[in-house]
Amino acid sequence: MILFLILAFLSVVFSLLVVTQRNVVHSAMALAATLFIIAVLFLTLDAPMLGVLQILIYAGAIMILILFVIMLLNPMSVEARPAAWWTLGSLGAGALFLQLAGLLHRPAVFAEAAVPASFGGPESIAQSLFTDFALPFEVASVLLLVAIIGAVVLAQRQR
Amino acid sequence: MTQAPLEYYLVLSAVLFAIGVAGVVIRRDVIVILMSIELMLNAVNLTFIAFSRFLGSVEGQVIVFFVMTVAAAEAVVGLAIMISVFRFRQTLDPRDMQLLKW
Repeated sequence: MILFLILAFLSVVFSLLVVTQRNVVHSAMALAATLFIIAVLFLTLDAPMLGVLQILIYAGAIMILILFVIMLLNPMSVEARPAAWWTLGSLGAGALFLQLAGLLHRPAVFAEAAVPASFGGPESIAQSLFTDFALPFEVASVLLLVAIIGAVVLAQRQR
Repeated sequence: MTQAPLEYYLVLSAVLFAIGVAGVVIRRDVIVILMSIELMLNAVNLTFIAFSRFLGSVEGQVIVFFVMTVAAAEAVVGLAIMISVFRFRQTLDPRDMQLLKW
């Protein structure tokens, strides 16, 4: 419980930094921190496999890719939006949050389910992934192949 | 150590999602907008994992696995588009990316 509150506070602070930092690299580092904290939250929810994947794929691969592009392009800092946009955006996000939080006012129907000790491990995920979700799994591999080819085609120098 | 109740996780992911939406609306830097989208995807992933834990069903975690796959593909293609646009326009300001806007 205490752990959750600390992690929740840190993740909100770092995600606010992602949005408010002027420097793109600082934003990216704050996002990496947020992703790490979310990985720890996955661990508190008995999802060790997904926690590790989160660190490997998100905090590792995707963040490295984003940082590479930032440093490759070295973009000048884009002029900030006027203050009206900040108010508008914050108000809109606040309204969205209230809308989402309003859904929680119903009486709680979810007591914590009892789960086996192997819950969320590689074995239980693989069991589900390669039986019930075998077709989506294959489709995902095709999607990754298409993304690789698309990225190479898009980013190559035009002749 | 007691587990935090489901509602706490749902509120946290609602907050993170709202911050991501604010980032997309407020910021004018395409890379930051992409990062805010990643933040929103992560908020949704947290919801999936929390429900998966509290319903005792591993399907939620499998969905998160697929979301991560799609997010990786999305980031790769998005960044490739950015490189390609930057090569022509020398800027990452979305105001200069209106060629397809009618």
